[in-house]
Amino acid sequence: MIVKSLDPRINRAALDDERTDGVQTPMDQFETYEVFQQIKRGTHHTHVGTVHAPNEELALIFAKEQFCRRGTSVNIWIVRTDNIYTTPYEDADMFETSTYKDYREPDAYKVMDRIQAFKERTKA
Amino acid sequence: MELTERHVEGLKELLYKMADDQLIIGHRNSEWTGLGPILEEDIAFSSMAQDKIGQSHALFELLNGLGENEPDIVAFTRNSNQFHNCQLVELPIGEYDFSLVRHFYFDHAEALRFEALMDSSFEPLSMIARKYKGEIKYHTLHADSWLKILAKGTEESFTRIQNNINEFFPHALGIFEQGDYEKELIEADIFIGEEALRTRWYEKISALLTSFGYSVPALDSATPIYGGRKGVHTPSLQPLLDEMTEVFSIDPTAEW
Repeated sequence: MIVKSLDPRINRAALDDERTDGVQTPMDQFETYEVFQQIKRGTHHTHVGTVHAPNEELALIFAKEQFCRRGTSVNIWIVRTDNIYTTPYEDADMFETSTYKDYREPDAYKVMDRIQAFKERTKA
Repeated sequence: MELTERHVEGLKELLYKMADDQLIIGHRNSEWTGLGPILEEDIAFSSMAQDKIGQSHALFELLNGLGENEPDIVAFTRNSNQFHNCQLVELPIGEYDFSLVRHFYFDHAEALRFEALMDSSFEPLSMIARKYKGEIKYHTLHADSWLKILAKGTEESFTRIQNNINEFFPHALGIFEQGDYEKELIEADIFIGEEALRTRWYEKISALLTSFGYSVPALDSATPIYGGRKGVHTPSLQPLLDEMTEVFSIDPTAEW
């Protein structure tokens, strides 16, 4: 069955609405690239999303239009998603802070009373 | 130099053909919106189509400043025989390979035209050329990237692109149909003229196509398809205009 639409473009495209068997071969998708945008020279590149693309060159082309249409940008990086090494989520517990590590923080040291005591002593 | 009436007529002729090219290619390419090969490409192609409409608007405003009607009136109330776009841009979108080759041919011509106009003695036009330089650079990079990868894709992808390069070369040459005021535009340093532009364009696309691995049609082997600049169009243009102006025509005086 050819799709009928109020949109003349759809009618001209003569789209067949017969569904495929739903099986996708790996060729159906391009690989993905992670996109990092820099909004000003000297600032950090920030991860802004992902694009599908057949190669690096087109990944940059797509990234520009997907993520840098508005606002300012001076540079884009793209990295193949496959090239990113990541920690497994099941190891997320390693990020949990231990209950007591105040001794590593400067404000854990209460020294004012000792300074006051020293001042008292030396005044005398 | 003091502009005579003929210089101003030549300038208007130049602006009309540029504005009409941008408007019609912009509308044509927007027909891919929602139907592009992948989401990312759909967004990129649609966004470039919008850029073209924006550029045509800027050129219609310049014409308005030279005494022509308001941009909306000019864009939406003329019939096909009053349009000055080349026939290449009005052809139906066809399959994606055709739309990409047209995009490559047209956008390189456009990029070189705007580049030449950056030095135009007509200041408002050189300002527009500078303003859109980056936008148009992206459009040509996009076209180049696709033609490059499709040359090395499969035999089918190579053949489809090569066939379109060959078949639509005469239409592409139609971009450079000369107007009645070439001499005036050149002598007043308003524009380098269509012949010089065609030379630059052919050099550019030949180098690129050769580097991608395609063969380049010979200039003397092709008969350019002219007529568009004088209001002679294919049967494809009027239906495009009817569709483009459908909403506007319901109430031309509506405030948007």
